[in-house]
Amino acid sequence: MSKPYTPTMPRNWWNTNSAFRFFMLRELSSVFVALFVLELLCFVSQVGRGEEAMNQFLVTLGHPLYMIWHAIVLGFALLHSITWFNLTPKVMVIRRGEERVPDVLVAGSNYVACLVVSVVLWWIVGG
Amino acid sequence: MPDETTTLEIQRYHPETDQEPSFQTFEVPYHDDWVVLDAINWIKDQVDGTLTYRWSCRMGVCGSCGMMVNGTPRLTCAVFLNEFHPNPIRVEPLAYFPIERDLVTVMDSFMEKLESVKPWLIRNEGEEKPVEEGEYLQSPAQLAKYKQFSMCINCMLCYAACPVTGLESEFIGPAAIALGMRYNHDSRDQGREQRQEVIASDDGIWKCTFVGECSEVCPKNVDPAGAIQQAKVESTIDWYTSLLPWARK
Repeated sequence: MSKPYTPTMPRNWWNTNSAFRFFMLRELSSVFVALFVLELLCFVSQVGRGEEAMNQFLVTLGHPLYMIWHAIVLGFALLHSITWFNLTPKVMVIRRGEERVPDVLVAGSNYVACLVVSVVLWWIVGG
Repeated sequence: MPDETTTLEIQRYHPETDQEPSFQTFEVPYHDDWVVLDAINWIKDQVDGTLTYRWSCRMGVCGSCGMMVNGTPRLTCAVFLNEFHPNPIRVEPLAYFPIERDLVTVMDSFMEKLESVKPWLIRNEGEEKPVEEGEYLQSPAQLAKYKQFSMCINCMLCYAACPVTGLESEFIGPAAIALGMRYNHDSRDQGREQRQEVIASDDGIWKCTFVGECSEVCPKNVDPAGAIQQAKVESTIDWYTSLLPWARK
């Protein structure tokens, strides 16, 4: 008579191999990005309240703990962007007849777009 | 037996006597050109005839001999002992599946999931050509759209690599969805709407968190992770399109 054994998923499954750990890190990166977006919204709100409020907020952001926080966020934002840029070819398949446009071109277009947007923003803010 | 040996730690489970699986260690002859399946076959022939496992073609085509080799889902006919020697090799049944005996898993849930995506050509009622009118012609470009997904050999390595299948047993899973996409992208098929009921359901593509390991372990480069993400894009476009006033039925 059949009596199959059903294995249970260990609670620490995400820590059982390096690919899962990296996946969890990638997913966790979105939390940091979201928190930074909230911070940015707070800044926009302070800008709306006038120059004094904005300057006060900027002074607060200059605190060393905030600097450390922003360095961590930058690291996670880069991880988030690079991993998702590199996954784009799996999602976006472009064909020219029988041939598939090479992955490097599809992923590369993200980096080019990111660079162009960054330069334009830099020009608007700095210029 | 040659002087040199290598160690295999094989998971055993005898439903008649065991409450849970355990490991048994075997010393097998080491040959540079032996794959793990050769070593398992040697154990069955020379040491313990009760060792139970699936295999057939020995050439990476049938998809029967998938097992966990040192924690990674692999076709044992395609993993050489020299990849690990002199370290021991741990062989377990494919992860997340119920274990019938030793290295044999229960495949019933996979077969049901596979069938649920209707992996065959579907034509609208009344639109199927009579046989005497000949075949449905297809250009090389049309073939290229689905060919990669058609290479699946149903080895189930992708299920054993996907933690979502372990956490949520209802998940239709990588291979079944990729096979559904194989037919959805076939120019001769008209069954996408029927398949969407399963593929775009709660147990379908939306359970996938894009871990991506299914594509990493696939021995045929089917890229089921890609198939699932592409299905997500297509389903999202469906949803937005359905909001358009002229698209409403």
